[in-house]
Formats: sequence, C-alpha cells, structure tokens
Amino acid sequence: MQEHDMSWVRTEMALAQPAPPTERGAYAWVRKNLIGSVGDAILTVLGIAIVLWIVPQVINWAFINAQWSGPDRTVCTTAAQGGIQPDGWTGACWAFVNAKFGQFMFGTYPVEERWRPILVAILFVALLVPMLIPRVPRKGLNAILLFVALPIVSFFLLVGGVFGLPHVETARWGGLLITLSLSFVGIAVSLPMGIVLALGRRSKMPIIKWLCVVFIEMVRGIPLITVLFFASVMLPLFLPEGVTFDKYLRALIGVSLFAAAYMAEVIRGGLQAIPKGQYEGADSLGLGYWQKMGLIVLPQALKLVIPGIVNTFIGMFKDTSLVLIISMFDLLGVVKQNFADANWATPQTAKSGLIFAAFVFWLFCFGMSRYSMYTERRLDTGYKR
Amino acid sequence: MKHIAIGILGAAALGFMASAASAGTLDTVKQKGFIQCGVSTGLAGFSAPDDKGEWKGIDADFCRAVAAAVFGDGTKVKFTPLSAKERFTALQSGEIDILSRNTTWTSNRDSALGLDFVGITYYDGQGFMINAKKLPGVNSALQLSGAAVCVQSGTTTELNLADYFKKNKMEYNPVVFEKLEEVNAAYDAGRCDAYTTDQSGLYGIRLTLSSPADHVVLPEIISKEPLGPAVRQGDDQWAHIARWTYFALLNAEEAGITQANVDEMKTSTDPNIQRILGTEPDGKYGADLGLSNDWVVNIIKAVGNYGEMFERNVGSGSPLKIARGINALWTKGGLQYGPPIR
Repeated sequence: MQEHDMSWVRTEMALAQPAPPTERGAYAWVRKNLIGSVGDAILTVLGIAIVLWIVPQVINWAFINAQWSGPDRTVCTTAAQGGIQPDGWTGACWAFVNAKFGQFMFGTYPVEERWRPILVAILFVALLVPMLIPRVPRKGLNAILLFVALPIVSFFLLVGGVFGLPHVETARWGGLLITLSLSFVGIAVSLPMGIVLALGRRSKMPIIKWLCVVFIEMVRGIPLITVLFFASVMLPLFLPEGVTFDKYLRALIGVSLFAAAYMAEVIRGGLQAIPKGQYEGADSLGLGYWQKMGLIVLPQALKLVIPGIVNTFIGMFKDTSLVLIISMFDLLGVVKQNFADANWATPQTAKSGLIFAAFVFWLFCFGMSRYSMYTERRLDTGYKR
Repeated sequence: MKHIAIGILGAAALGFMASAASAGTLDTVKQKGFIQCGVSTGLAGFSAPDDKGEWKGIDADFCRAVAAAVFGDGTKVKFTPLSAKERFTALQSGEIDILSRNTTWTSNRDSALGLDFVGITYYDGQGFMINAKKLPGVNSALQLSGAAVCVQSGTTTELNLADYFKKNKMEYNPVVFEKLEEVNAAYDAGRCDAYTTDQSGLYGIRLTLSSPADHVVLPEIISKEPLGPAVRQGDDQWAHIARWTYFALLNAEEAGITQANVDEMKTSTDPNIQRILGTEPDGKYGADLGLSNDWVVNIIKAVGNYGEMFERNVGSGSPLKIARGINALWTKGGLQYGPPIR
C-alpha cells in the first residue's frame, strides 16, 4: 500500500526548463517594456516617431551640413545671405567656434603668452587625476601639491611680472580660464571653510556660534549677483586707503564666501544625521573635540552629504557665469560677446556658439556628477538599503 | 565701526585724489604709457572683438587714433568693456580715460553727469526694416499704416515708435519682446511686417536673418541718436586732444590724406595739407595741443582718415555695408564737418 502510494512521487528533481519564449530574449523585453499595454504601444510609436523626426535633423545640422573651418561668415551663409552655401542650407557653424576657440578658452590673454594657462591646465590635470584615482599612493603629498603648491605656481604663471614673465592683468583673462579658475578656487576654499562654519554653528561657544550663524544667514539671504556687486563696488570702501584689489580677486572672494555659506549648511545637515551615540562613544574614549570630529563624526557626516556637496560644486561652477554683470567674461560671456563680431554674423552663429558653451559646461558638470556617484559607491560601508 | 569710518574717510580721500588727478589726464596717461578706453561689451561695427581678441570697430579705432596722437603709436591703448550701466561711473571714477562706447549725446549727460562729449563720430537714429518680398512697393515708413511692428520693450525705441505713428496719424500693431534675440527671431519668422531699432543695429541684425537680401532698411530716421566719445568734464586739455583727433580725421579725409598716401602728402606744397600734417615751417598746432607736431601723421598712419575708418568697420569694407548717408562729409551732402586746423 505504502509502496504503491510512493510510486508517483518523484525521486529526483525535475530539470530546470528554459523560460517560455514569450518571457525571454529581445522579444520579451520589447513586449514587456514597449508594447505591454495599448497605452504603452501608443507611447512607443509616438516616441519612435519623434526620435525619427528629430535625430536625423540634428545629425544633419550638427555634423553632415556643418562647416568646420573657414575664414569668415561666408562659409556659414547661403548665397542669398552673401556666402558660398547653396540656398536652403542650414548647418552648424563650427567654423565660428573654431576661429574663436582661443578666445573662448583664454579670453584676450595675449596669444604669445597662452602657453602659460596651457601649462597650468596640464599641471592641474597631472595633479588632479592621481588625486581622483584611489589606488594611486601618496595622497597627502598629492593634496598639498594640488591645493597649496599649484595655486601658488599658477598665480605666478598666470599673472606674471616675475622671473622674466610679462605681466598679464586679470582684465585680459576670460573664457574657460575664468570659469575654471573661479570654480577651482571656490571649491578649494569653500569645502574647508564650510566645514569650519558648520562646526562653528553647532558649537557651544556663543560668540563663535553667533558669528557663524550671522555669516551664513547673511550670505545665504542675498543673491550671488548682490555678493558680486558688493565685492566689486562696496568692498573697496571698507578697506584701508591704498589697499586695492583687482576685479577678478574681488569676484574670487565673493564666489568663495558665497559657496562656503552654502557648503556649511550642507555639512551641518550631515552632522545632524550622525546619531548621538557616536558623539558619546567618542567622548567615552576620551577623545578631544578635534579628534572626535576628525576621526569619528566628520568622516561619517561628509560621506552622507556627498550628493549635496557635489550639488553645491556644480551649482557654483555654473554660477560663475554671473560675473558677466561686473563685465568679466567667463566662457558664456565670451561666446555671447563674439556674436557682435560682424565678420561672423550669420543665422547659425548664435545657435552654434551657445551649443558649444552648453557642451563644455555639460562636460564638466557631468564629469563631477559621475565621479561623485563613484565615490559614493566606494565609500558605501553601511546604511545601504 | 572705527574701521568703517576710516574706510569711508579713505574712500572720500581717494575720490578727492581721483578728481585732483583728473586735472591732468594727459600727464597721467603719458606717465602710465597707455590710454584706458571704455568700449561696449560687443556691438557689431562699433566695438567687438575679432578672431584674435583685438577690439575692432569705429569706437575702438577712435581710441587708437587718440593713442596715436598722444604717443605716436596706435597700439598704446587698453580696452575696458563696459555695460550700459557701468559706463558713466567708470569715466567719472577715472577707471577709464575716454568713453568711446556708442553713447548718445544728450543735454543731461553733458551737464548733470559730468561728462564732456567731444563730437559725433556717428549720426545714428531709429529706423525701420521691412521684408521687401512680403511688402512689395513699400519704400517709405509713411506707408506702414496698419503694420505689425517688432520692437524691444522698455526702450526709448518703443516710445519713439508710438510718437512717430501718432504724429503721422497712422495705426500700428506693436509686437513687443523683452529680449533682443526674441525680437530677431519673431521678425525672422515673419510675425511682424517691420522691425524698428537704431539704423546701425538694423544692418547688423539683417546679417543674421535667414534671407538678408529680401530685407531693406527704409530711409526714414525718426529719432536723433548722435553717437560720440566722451571725456571727464573739467579737463579742457584732454577734451581738446580728443575733439581735435576727431576733427583731424575729418580734415584728413577732406584733404584726401589716406593711410596709403600720408608719407607722400608730407612733401605736399598745399598750405592746408601742410598745416594738417604739421609740415608747415613755423606751424606748431600739435604743440599747442600738448602733442607733437606730426600728430595727424601718426593718427592717419594708425587708423586712416574718417572715411577709411567708416568703410573698414561699418561701410563697404565690412559685412554691415552701411551707406555713408548723413555721415558723409559736408562737401558730399553729409553732416560731418571738421573745423580747420590752423
């Protein structure tokens, strides 16, 4: 009876069967993601139609019909507009970007001295890349070179006036040189200063606390444009007689202080997220204030707020365009300024120039964003859900 | 508080020193070795950077002419791009020595703002541009009754437009935008029949339209926009140098002295040319201005005469192709008239 009962019970496991054809491979993916329902199907068709409609036009405009080099506006205009292209031609005028490339990068920095910013850029990349790759050793030395030695060397290289280098006043700087130098100094200053301000704001010492609160709330309460105006118009009034700063330096200070105030609040958010037990644990180990903060609290807090910190960096990088209002020409400012050159006045000039500027900004912002995501993953030692 | 007080005192002292220093702009300029020239942040044909980042245009060339008159070298000039808001403060505070920035000469600016205009290097005025294909047969602004007119909002242009149509008892339909780019795009897309702004600007805008040949600038000018360089009030010598640099450019054109023939002209026996070029034996017209006697030779070598400057930057030698019109010499039916150098 028992044996008879057992006869239909399997003694070995059934072999795994492949998933039914409707649930695997490209067909299943298409079915699930693109035509899962009537609504999906309609959206898919619409989406494909839009892509087919736009992408060929964009590729045609930006690459196939585009003009890559030329002496003046004639290469980017049709015969009716006074140029050499056939009627009905539209395409990007990269020739404009090509002809103005030096200006977009360096402003009106003298052509024969442009090796100096290029050298600074090479040094910067040479120091930044090993800094960003975790495997490369000697991070301490690298950091000192990048954040202390490089700014000093760059200052003398860019400004000149020593070692036989001709002096180049900052009024002639422009383009990406201004965008990058303002944001690099802003980033390098704002992070440590933001940490100090954030700690100060949570300090139990009333004077320090209130100084930090007043600074942060003052700066956060006014727009960057006002800070720049203040830095370029009001600041000289508060300085003793005979002390004058140039416009670039004033903008540099304005941007750095502004970013520091924002950074302080981002970091304070991280500090608040650290459980009280961590502080108490550090206290019970007998650590002093700086040891507690430096070894226990800040490493955890900063890791938590990486997205916020990078957000501030990216925001500041883009905000540097505002220096245009104090007549300094960053990348976007130089591009727009060159629209006024009658030798390049064509219907395509403005589009091409602005797309180029947008592309450069995107390149840097996207790079920062990807690196921050990588850092987050690398430092992810807990809290993950 | 003490520091702020000291700071304010310091600022006041600096302001005082600046005004004291401005008494001798020529000396200051000679001492520092260059002229600081305020230009626009970019206006086609007047002041705009070229491919090498050099400032080009009538306004930029005028500063080169002054530098040539003072130093004998037209390259001894540094340009400061200024926004419309900053321009007068920059001149008053001594940041720049001369403002050559497509600035309209008005009574208020001449008196209340402490400026001294030295001349009118370009007679501009508000005009109209139409699409001749769309409106065939229209060759005067007086035929624009009932037209849709593209105009930038919040400018005197908008007010002048209203005045003009009201005065001529015509109807119009303003199509108003905040930004210049938007006005350009709307006009190019055919949303209005006519576009109005300063005439010199219309020629620049025409180049960026999709079919520039179809568009014509109508002859009527409905406002006066005399554009010229300005210096700080209260420094007569410096104002004279700037003013006579402008007149020298005009006189050279009238006498037929050009960049190419200026060296031959130095041997001319025509007394007028001799006086202009400082080759007259006992003439010292340059020295009277505080310059060298061959100051005009230097100016012409650096930038050419007024006509050459005009054609190179906005006229037939440039993409703008603006006709001389009222900017022709008085001998050719225009308004440009240089008092004699003698």
